Amino acid sequence: MAAIEFQNVSKCFSRSGGRKLLRVFLKERLQQRHKEVFCALSDVSFCVEQGESMAIIGANGAGKSTLLSLVAGLARPNQGRVEVNGKVAALLELGTGFHPDLTGSENVFLNASILGLSRKRARDCFDSIVDFSGIGDFIHQPIRTYSSGMVMRLAFAVAIHVEPDILIIDEVLAVGDAAFQEKCFDRICELKRAGKTLLFVSHVPEMVKHLCDHSLWLEHGRVKAAGPPGEVLEAYAGHAPRA
Amino acid sequence: MTVRGIRMWNGDYGFVLSNLVQKDFKVRYRNMSLGVLWSVLNPLVTMGALAFVFTEIFPSYAHPHMAVFLLCGLVPFNFFAMAWNTGTGSLMENYSIMKRVTVPRELFPIATVLGNCVHLLIQIGILFAFTLGSGLGVNRHWLWLPYVWFMEILFVCGLAMATSAINVYIRDTRYVVESVNTVMFYFVPIFYSHDNIPPQFREIVHYNPVAALILALRNILWTGIEPGWPLIWKLTACSLLMFVAGFLIFRRLKAGFFDHM
Repeated sequence: MAAIEFQNVSKCFSRSGGRKLLRVFLKERLQQRHKEVFCALSDVSFCVEQGESMAIIGANGAGKSTLLSLVAGLARPNQGRVEVNGKVAALLELGTGFHPDLTGSENVFLNASILGLSRKRARDCFDSIVDFSGIGDFIHQPIRTYSSGMVMRLAFAVAIHVEPDILIIDEVLAVGDAAFQEKCFDRICELKRAGKTLLFVSHVPEMVKHLCDHSLWLEHGRVKAAGPPGEVLEAYAGHAPRA
Repeated sequence: MTVRGIRMWNGDYGFVLSNLVQKDFKVRYRNMSLGVLWSVLNPLVTMGALAFVFTEIFPSYAHPHMAVFLLCGLVPFNFFAMAWNTGTGSLMENYSIMKRVTVPRELFPIATVLGNCVHLLIQIGILFAFTLGSGLGVNRHWLWLPYVWFMEILFVCGLAMATSAINVYIRDTRYVVESVNTVMFYFVPIFYSHDNIPPQFREIVHYNPVAALILALRNILWTGIEPGWPLIWKLTACSLLMFVAGFLIFRRLKAGFFDHM
């Protein structure tokens, strides 16, 4: 059973982004005009087996984030079939739900509960989270007093304590200083060795080569190339205007 | 299109709810020098103004124990208006979470309504203080109080689920809710009593759970009689109906939330 399988998946959004006021809503209803749509993904197929890891590369706006949100179960495809087996943790954005006026520890519990940790597990992990983040005594201060690097470190520390079968990472490793990045990288390698399935977006070729079994290159919502990371990266580097 | 697989969010509902409620409460009061005192001051100021108008300017509307009479109307109405209004905006307020995590969406309007219950408790405390202070004693009908309050909370949860979901699709919903609240102030018996309502409208007023709760509270705390079965029955039926309707509307609309945010 594949961990993640996409068959001819397409995902479209309406150009207005869906946000509308009553005026626009009524106008559309009355005029029956066809809505303008924009396809973020068209006809994408791939498969990731359990314990494998895949990198997604591509320029901005190629559909990488849309693909991740489909895997995470946030969005539903307009066409095609999405199959995901296992508990998914999506690090699409660090610090989801963080509130600047709450202290570090209050935010840790809030964030942990939203990410799906139980009360008991959050309590058990708390020390380890604080330790991993390296925040120290600042944990009892409101996080608006933190530097942005500190907020990201705390957020990553919480996220890494979710125990998923499938881990989705969206370029979040670009946080903190070199030492912290190395710590994150080690932790991800550890998860991979433990047999977790990884899916991530990265622009760091060394990381892609080191971590991934496969890679998928998206361009304008379509699969441009797929295969071993070395080959795909080479093709991508050759294609990009400035590699 | 098909979506298959096992990847439900399997976190702890109670843990998320308690964290969201605590966040609402802490964030609201941490930056205020008077803190929770605002929850006390707000109904007292309104009550004072109404008491002045309806004893000095329109003395025919005056009732004995005017403070208790007014608070029986103001406390449920304030809670209803605040909880419904903030509940309606709750999904858009937490939009960054909804875009990234599959945490069950129903939790946001419900947590916001429950967050308002913290203020409600404080205001119920004031209501009790005035009731006892006016020499209106405790009677056995007070046992109804938890039940009738629970029904109002259920009603607001249902309403907030419906309007918060609609608000994601049509952003004016919040303003519609605000206007309805303004109008509602006059259509529930806050500064007038059940007897002031013309007989042909009394039945209709009973079907509004907010009005039903106010009338029940007046019966229990102010008059000292039982709320009455017809009133209880209508309050229960309408609240349960709204809760189920709100839940169904929410369930139908939530599939499109991501695309509309």
